[in-house]
Amino acid sequence: MDNFEPRIVAFCCNWCSYAGADLAGTSRMQYAPNIRVIRVMCSGRVNPLFVLKALSIGADGVLVLGCHPGDCHYIEGNYKTMRRIPLLKKMLKQLGIEEERVRLEWVSASEGARFAEVTNDFTQTIRKLGPISWNHSKENAKEAKHG
Amino acid sequence: MAKLKVALYWAASCGGCEIATLAIHEKILKLAEVADIVFWPVGLDFKYADVENMADKSVDACLFNGAIRNEENEHMAKLLRAKSKIMIAYGSCAVEGCIPGLSNFYNRQLTFDRVYIETPSTENPKRIFPQTRFKVPEGELEIPEFYDTVKTLAQTVDVDYFVPGCPPEERTTWLALEALISGKLPPKGTVISHSARALCYECPRVREEKKVKKFYRPYEKIPEPEKCLLEQGFLCYGIATRGGCGALCPQANMPCTGCYGPVEGVIDQGAHFLSALASIIDSNDPEEIQKIIDDIPDPAGTFYRYSLPDSLFRRAIVK
Repeated sequence: MDNFEPRIVAFCCNWCSYAGADLAGTSRMQYAPNIRVIRVMCSGRVNPLFVLKALSIGADGVLVLGCHPGDCHYIEGNYKTMRRIPLLKKMLKQLGIEEERVRLEWVSASEGARFAEVTNDFTQTIRKLGPISWNHSKENAKEAKHG
Repeated sequence: MAKLKVALYWAASCGGCEIATLAIHEKILKLAEVADIVFWPVGLDFKYADVENMADKSVDACLFNGAIRNEENEHMAKLLRAKSKIMIAYGSCAVEGCIPGLSNFYNRQLTFDRVYIETPSTENPKRIFPQTRFKVPEGELEIPEFYDTVKTLAQTVDVDYFVPGCPPEERTTWLALEALISGKLPPKGTVISHSARALCYECPRVREEKKVKKFYRPYEKIPEPEKCLLEQGFLCYGIATRGGCGALCPQANMPCTGCYGPVEGVIDQGAHFLSALASIIDSNDPEEIQKIIDDIPDPAGTFYRYSLPDSLFRRAIVK
């Protein structure tokens, strides 16, 4: 537990947050190396299923990063995310997963510093929470039943 | 042509699926013409030993209903799999865990506490719980072990076909039996239903625009008769549920609860419904969104009403 390194999946929208992550990198900003970035076209593309899947196969936390409200490249994709994540968190709590393990943040293409800050802060939160204790329920590799 | 040999079994189920097999009405005579029932604990006096004595693969098809909740369920699933050429998960419990699967929100001890201690009609001051072995003057009794986690049939043995529904509708049952009788079987793994698409395609209610400011539970409001229930704010599961039942519940003013399982290609029905449902909330203000979400008191239990054991998580983490 002492040397627990959180594994974090970050879904970044192509138009804002991924560019923000890029900016953080090209500006040589230091941030926690615990995140694995997955680029999606829009935060609205992040089906809650992706978050459940990430958590069930080993992620300790999931970040969903999108354009600020009003800035969505597809006009309202991020509003859908804004509605889905709170409901997903409420459901995760019932399934025994701390709601802090999923976080939605808005990061624009010019906010490299904010990207680093969010990443560091979230990594700290997950580090404090520790790994998910799947214990007896660890048989999560889903058999392909419906193709 | 030799008659087909068919076995029927129930594991962790309510018995509704047994009634559903009989709900094919006069068609049962047609079934009796072409098939012999070789095992059916509910209706006929065969013993487990009779099944053990059958040759492997000597049964043409087994209609297995019920989830796998204890050692006996698992033993019978494995035994019937060995004896049957075709294994059919019949009904929601066998397909995806269904109502017995809701106990995956708890564990064995919490379930026992509820059943043997807390229920208002129970008096158990000595806190006696079921034991797998118990000594009586006549010898030692053995009862099957109760598992911590409910599993689906396909998580236990290899399954050839799935018949959805809680319980399967008459037409769905007959679709499966007809395929069996005619020998024109679909590819292995097929979910046998009249539709692979969402229930909304067969629902006669009028759909306009899905924008919801407030969610209602069925007792809170009398629905308008023609309009889409979801658009009226009822948690109608039709958008994320496989059709084939004929949309009977929405036509009787009750929202669909999702018993036909996910549409083709979806692996987690609950997440699928969550995604669709949240996106129709008519607000762009985080505080108002939270308020609207508060109208859904039990999202996990609602979204996974029939499918918790078959979901990605399979169960809740119980501390």
